[in-house]
Amino acid sequence: MAKGREHSILLDFLRRLVRNRLAVAGGAVVLFFFVLSAFPHVFSRHDPNRIDVLKVLQPPSADHPLGTDELGRDVLARMVHGARISLKVGFVAVGIATAIGLLVGLVSGFYGGWIDAVLMRFVDIMLCFPTFFLILAVIAFLEPSIYNIMLVIGVTGWMGVSRLVRAETLSLKERDFVAAARAQGAGNARIIFRHILPNALAPVLVSATLGVAGAILTESALSFLGIGVQPPTPSWGNILTAGKDNIEFAWWLSVYPGLAILFTVLGYNLLGEGIRDAVDPRLRGR
Amino acid sequence: MRRALLLLVGFAVLAGDIGLLAGCAGEKKGGAGKGAAGASGPPAYGDALVDGSIGDVSGFVSAVTSDQPSHAAAGFVFNGLVRYDKNLQLEGELAESWEVSKDGKKITFHLRENVKWHDGAPFSSGDVLFTYRKMIDPRTPTAYAEDFKQVSRVLAPDPYTFIAEYDKPFAPALASWGMHILPKHLLEEYPDISKSPLNKKPVGTGPYRFLEWKTGEKVVFEENPDYFEGRPYISRVVIRVIPDPATMFLELKSGGIDYMGLTPLQFTRQTETPEFKNSFNKYRYLSFGYTYLGFRLSHPFFSDKRVRQAIAHAVNKKEIIDGVLFGLGHEATGPYKPGTWAYNPNVKKFAYDPAKAKAILGEAGWKPGRDGILAKDGRKFAFTVLTNAGNESRAKTAAIIQQNLAAVGIKMEIRTVEWAAFINEFVKKRKFDALILGWTIPQDPDLFDIWNSAKTGPDELNHIGYANAEVDRLLEKGRRTFDMEQRKKAYFRIQEILADEQPIVFLYVPDALQAIHKRFHGIEPAPAGIDYNFIKWYVPKGEQKYTTFR
Amino acid sequence: MLRYIVRRVLLMVPMLVGISLISFLVINMAPGGPIGIAADLNPKATAEYRERLKAYYGLDQPLHVRYGRWLGRMITLDFGDSFSPDGRQVSEKIKERIPVTLAINLLSMALIFFIAIPIGIYSAVRKDSWFDRISTVAVFTGFAVPTFWLALLLMILFGVKLGWLPISGLVSLEHASLGAAGKIWDRARHLILPVLLAGFGGLAGFSRYMRSNMLEVIRQDYIATAKAKGLPERKVVFRHAMRNALLPVITILGLSVPDLLGGSVIFETIFAIPGMGQLFYQGVMSRDYPLIMGILVIGAFLTLIGNLLADVGYALADPRIRTE
Repeated sequence: MAKGREHSILLDFLRRLVRNRLAVAGGAVVLFFFVLSAFPHVFSRHDPNRIDVLKVLQPPSADHPLGTDELGRDVLARMVHGARISLKVGFVAVGIATAIGLLVGLVSGFYGGWIDAVLMRFVDIMLCFPTFFLILAVIAFLEPSIYNIMLVIGVTGWMGVSRLVRAETLSLKERDFVAAARAQGAGNARIIFRHILPNALAPVLVSATLGVAGAILTESALSFLGIGVQPPTPSWGNILTAGKDNIEFAWWLSVYPGLAILFTVLGYNLLGEGIRDAVDPRLRGR
Repeated sequence: MRRALLLLVGFAVLAGDIGLLAGCAGEKKGGAGKGAAGASGPPAYGDALVDGSIGDVSGFVSAVTSDQPSHAAAGFVFNGLVRYDKNLQLEGELAESWEVSKDGKKITFHLRENVKWHDGAPFSSGDVLFTYRKMIDPRTPTAYAEDFKQVSRVLAPDPYTFIAEYDKPFAPALASWGMHILPKHLLEEYPDISKSPLNKKPVGTGPYRFLEWKTGEKVVFEENPDYFEGRPYISRVVIRVIPDPATMFLELKSGGIDYMGLTPLQFTRQTETPEFKNSFNKYRYLSFGYTYLGFRLSHPFFSDKRVRQAIAHAVNKKEIIDGVLFGLGHEATGPYKPGTWAYNPNVKKFAYDPAKAKAILGEAGWKPGRDGILAKDGRKFAFTVLTNAGNESRAKTAAIIQQNLAAVGIKMEIRTVEWAAFINEFVKKRKFDALILGWTIPQDPDLFDIWNSAKTGPDELNHIGYANAEVDRLLEKGRRTFDMEQRKKAYFRIQEILADEQPIVFLYVPDALQAIHKRFHGIEPAPAGIDYNFIKWYVPKGEQKYTTFR
Repeated sequence: MLRYIVRRVLLMVPMLVGISLISFLVINMAPGGPIGIAADLNPKATAEYRERLKAYYGLDQPLHVRYGRWLGRMITLDFGDSFSPDGRQVSEKIKERIPVTLAINLLSMALIFFIAIPIGIYSAVRKDSWFDRISTVAVFTGFAVPTFWLALLLMILFGVKLGWLPISGLVSLEHASLGAAGKIWDRARHLILPVLLAGFGGLAGFSRYMRSNMLEVIRQDYIATAKAKGLPERKVVFRHAMRNALLPVITILGLSVPDLLGGSVIFETIFAIPGMGQLFYQGVMSRDYPLIMGILVIGAFLTLIGNLLADVGYALADPRIRTE
């Protein structure tokens, strides 16, 4: 493909995306928290783990714009550092899920036959298990370190992606340009990675965007049950969980992490939907 | 009616009812003026008390359960031969009186006559004999057999006399007969009593009869009108299982439950409103348990006494008590409760002194490296402390200690592990550097199981691997005499040794904090806490809330 | 039709085998194996107890024999005895807890259905209108808000401040003394918040799916034809478009079973509802492996049933499938 054409496709995509106000708003939220988590020290000069028992549960003030928590730690500092952890959980988990999903989907769709049958039945079976139950069960076998949490969320969340990719692969492999590549003597690997993969990425991008949101929510639910990211490492989930016990008395401890999760998940969802619409107008809202 | 047994304090104690851990120096808060409640009438029968519990009951035969909710529930239905009274002195319950022989090797209990099981069958010494046999039966999965294995012979010469004989004097013997007595006629046919229907539908001799248990939801008891100490005033007791503490507190405020243990934060900050004080009385007393920082003593860092002493200097206990307990607790200096007879107030104390800690560590060969972390022979002073998940106080304590130790150049990582795995995978297998945990403090000071050097097996309680020949000797001496002065001397000395050696850093004894709805009268705080006279609690006629269940 | 159903039921068999295989692998993955754990968990585990467990898991047998047995027991819903001190049968424990969870999930599913469908239709018909935008944000908010946080906020509002609804539990203490109508009302009051909450979280999926289906259908030729014939819009939308857009939604209902079940852990814990979700969470916390396995298998089985019902419903509604 010519450079120029790619360029115009991208421009076209962006133009459509920008026209969708909700997607723009979602994107802005996503970008905001992304910047926040990239430069936590810029936004708060406090150490997120600095305990000061003389300053326990102070309401927002000039020195502590979002107040302090039950150990006198600065909530703003914990929120911005927590943003980093929560987003990391989201991205790594989705990265794992997407990688597995892509692999299974490509192989299944491209080779077909019994490989496809076996893999897809496996997907069907995995989809039968309530994902959250499966995550809890595996956490019971392992331990709730941040890496295990990312791994488990990833490993239990790839089935949707693999179905999407398989469907896409099935239709792509019948296209002319694949036949052309094959005629030129391209091997299977080359065809898969060079010709099919790039064209199957759009729906994957959408599902990954939604997946980040889901993973952040899952982490907060795990934190509520006490097996999420372990304190003192801050995550939005465990800040909110610690805050819930003081929900009436120290509102700032639960409202900020609660809203951060809400806006972020909302943002990723709106952005994801926007991308889907912009990538392929035919798929609007699907 | 409720007793604190020797057990690891973990998840179980979080269970709403901290009242289990009885204590002293009762102090009534709130309830500004009884005068306002002029309606307060004379004692009356009726109404129900709804208690909140985080965990569900696992069974009612307390010999085979080891969690607090189960023991609390069993206490309504069952009795022991003896119990601790409000001043923590042993008194008779099913036994009217008893005699200990001169040499201390024989106890004769005279049982109450005319006591009936809830199904109408008469209670007799046969039941006591049966209970004893079940306690030492290897088929009974109980953690409390040890005390009964000390018994050499038992006799039941007539239905109202029971005799237990020991080869050697055994000081905790009398208290051990506080174990709930089980009905022989209902259990005889079950080889494993934990699998008997009685474990789910108990029949006892106690002040309340079992009515229903909806697993995960609630347990309901109703008054036993024929109770041998008199009919309880409160007609029903409901224990509601509410797993989330935030929900439980909202239930309390909205009237869904009447009684719960409060966190220090709730006690000091969230319940100081006029609305709350109008509806609830708050009680505060020192609990029967302490929290500690323990070391695996075979660990190369911690086998050096100087290192442990230095850490004791580096940990700011006051900061922990202020920050975690909001001042509602005492500094712990040993395994006994301040104010009890076995407690030695004059042991070596380790003031918070980071400079001194650094100096001691320097003497022990630990020098700061370029990154500020101490090192010795090329090895950095970095270790991981374990604690159980879900215990907010311990997590906070760990965070403070982490910061304290960082100040003297020790890097401590914190890892929280859920309770079952914590005990089974780490504590029992000795797979830890250090841990933050709690022990309950039993009324009898015999702590043989925790500190004796022989008790280091995987299922035994000396998990830090403490071994001191003098302590071993003193522990044996303390349990083999009934002479209070001699026992006191032995336990005082043990505390001196422990304070010097710091095998664990004793951190704090928290206060038990309770909130009870104001309509309940007759509550009299005492050294044993408030639950000891539960059958005397009442709600005056005009204030009764639940009146429709009969 | 009957043949279709029979075929679908037969198709469930290999799925069940697959479910059992994965479950079997999970239990054998447990560090130390099931015996080690059971014995560790119970310090008083007697030799006899160990032997019994060993016999139950057939650890002296080769792997394929063990799997065969596991499969056989699973089909008869025998999951062994729970590791918890009560030592009851896992199937008995699950049976006791499952009705509440199912009831709440069915109610919230119904709620989702009756709210999400109209939202989806209207959003599609008035695409890019203010209603479309606001409802989009609203349904996604339901999905995005952490359940336990919103639950507590609602409890404070309706339970503590207004005093309209009970905070947690299933029935009030005086339930037994109420009349028939009173009993129903009492139960209903306790279910309002959990069902609302579970429903709110599930709106997004359904309404968005309905919206996109509607958009697709509206673009079809026959709708354009109907419009061109001058039929009123209302009629076109409800008579023609909605019916066709609704069909695929039925299948989604079946697929949403695992998500709802998973969510039940959270709201059953926060609302103190003794259902299967809470039981599972407690099982996880106490490493009660037989219980964990039992609920995983039952959960997967419920999903299978949900899918079957959805597909049969779909077939009933769409003649094209039936004749296939």
